[in-house]
Amino acid sequence: MSEAPPQPLTHARAFWRGTLAMFGVPALVLYAGILGYGAFAREVGLTLGQALALPIFLQALPAQVVLADHAARGASLAAAALAVSLTAVRFLPMTVVLMPWLKGHGGPRWHELLAVHFVAVTVWIEGLRRLPAVPAEVRLVCYLGMGMGILAGTLVSTALGYFAAGTVPQWMAAALLFTMPLTFLLAMIETARARSDQLAIVAGIVLAPPAYIWLPGFDLLITGLVGGTLAWVLGRRRTS
Amino acid sequence: MSALPGVWGMWGGYLPFFVAGFLACEPWRWAGALIGRDLDPNGEVFIWVRAVSSAIVAGLVTRLVAFPTGALASISAPTRYGAALIGIGAFFAFRKNLGVGVVAGTLALIVGHFTLG
Repeated sequence: MSEAPPQPLTHARAFWRGTLAMFGVPALVLYAGILGYGAFAREVGLTLGQALALPIFLQALPAQVVLADHAARGASLAAAALAVSLTAVRFLPMTVVLMPWLKGHGGPRWHELLAVHFVAVTVWIEGLRRLPAVPAEVRLVCYLGMGMGILAGTLVSTALGYFAAGTVPQWMAAALLFTMPLTFLLAMIETARARSDQLAIVAGIVLAPPAYIWLPGFDLLITGLVGGTLAWVLGRRRTS
Repeated sequence: MSALPGVWGMWGGYLPFFVAGFLACEPWRWAGALIGRDLDPNGEVFIWVRAVSSAIVAGLVTRLVAFPTGALASISAPTRYGAALIGIGAFFAFRKNLGVGVVAGTLALIVGHFTLG
């Protein structure tokens, strides 16, 4: 963590700052969870190449597990695509929230479409946490660095998990799997400044279980729309 | 080479994974990028979208703990919920320290698993 260097932040330096940020606490915890994905991929019969291709294509751990599971059970291509697509709807609002930090780079717009491939929970939370401290012109580059960093870490952990499958005792695997949601939740609470964001987290926690029981597949969408709207309304009341 | 059934074996599995993976997932990100670019970050619409995305991620987290798959399913529900609460409590007790919260919650899960089952 170099604090406010006197010379301007070059593109290369911004890129590396982003990359290095993906070897800090939240990302390392994600990699621990990805070991579990690597092991899972092997158990359901994916080759190592296939297990590595999924994170490159998707950059989203839940979607990877859903797709690997569908493929292993021989589901139709359409059913798998629909299931994956439903888990990925959440990337739309998440990307919208990140965009103010990704524009203003002065390059062509398609660079942004490239960068948003790396919108997934960990990088998203870290981006919202770190990009405000980075000069606007190099934020996109910094975010691309974060994306490449997390991709590298993801591929290494996937391969390690793939080879280690079955050698780790179950309680240890369970502990690894547990750290991921806990880290997401705590990092999100840390980042939530506005009252509406804090209320949205509480609403999401309360609404998710009934939504999952009654409308599996659409549960996150319902949780987000209902919980987020409620939080938005209540947050406005409190402040005005 | 590939042990996957049916259509999933095509091109070593890479083509179906690209179609049902990348092509199913990526349009949502592109749509977010196109919509988000012209949205005022201080406007009400943006604040609402931020609340929706926060609720979605919180919901995802809750689902992973409340309805676990794989190895985590071998841990009893009271241990999972208790460990999550201890992690959140430690996080706030230590001035929102991420590392302390995660370590405390994970240790609580392991201890709970071997004492309470």
